[in-house]
Amino acid sequence: MAKIYSKKALASKDLKPKKEVVSFILNYSQALTVVKSEEKSFEIIAN
Amino acid sequence: MADLHTPDALLVKNYVEGNEAALATLIKRHESKIYGFIYSKIADRDISNDIFQDTFIKVIKTLKGNSYNEEGKFLPWVMRISHNLIVDHFRKTKKMPMYRETEEFSIFSIMSDDSLTIEGKMIVDQVELDLKKLVEELPDDQKEVLVMRMYQDMSFKEISEITGVSINTALGRMRYALMNLRKIIDKHQIILTN
Repeated sequence: MAKIYSKKALASKDLKPKKEVVSFILNYSQALTVVKSEEKSFEIIAN
Repeated sequence: MADLHTPDALLVKNYVEGNEAALATLIKRHESKIYGFIYSKIADRDISNDIFQDTFIKVIKTLKGNSYNEEGKFLPWVMRISHNLIVDHFRKTKKMPMYRETEEFSIFSIMSDDSLTIEGKMIVDQVELDLKKLVEELPDDQKEVLVMRMYQDMSFKEISEITGVSINTALGRMRYALMNLRKIIDKHQIILTN
């Protein structure tokens, strides 16, 4: 079988997460409050 | 929106102080690297998205809980979190079977390294470079077809549409391009091998 010497110039895929995922993270961040009290921390998620 | 040139450490500080937009900037700045890293290990878009999400949930909890103390090393810290989640993922799905070395069984009997050595890689790179120089010697019409077919992986139908010639003409040009390449190689006694 013939050797292939050429290398395909594949466009480098700029991988990114889904927009929905980023949006979820930002919404989660806005909703989350962490309250610390006496070495314990409480996570409160606002609706 | 925070400035894209603001250092990570300052964005982290702003975020901890309640500026939510700082997190958006941090994500925008590093999403490709982090997601790309996860995807390179997982090779599944949906699972990679899940791990990316879980990574940032941990980041947010840590930052909001004021437990973060690695100023200036935000990206490596996030990468470490995603790395740990990747390991957890493989543990859960048991896709990383563990082998123990025994007297009858050696792990090296089933493991092999097919990747090229540094020397092999250098030879491949040199051959590819030499070939590109040879391609440059071809007449323009033949060079155009050969580059589209071999380097851009186009079909002859696509090539004929782009260059405005019939498929047969494109095929003919490809044939002459290869014949001419062989002629140049023979003439200069070039050895392409690896």
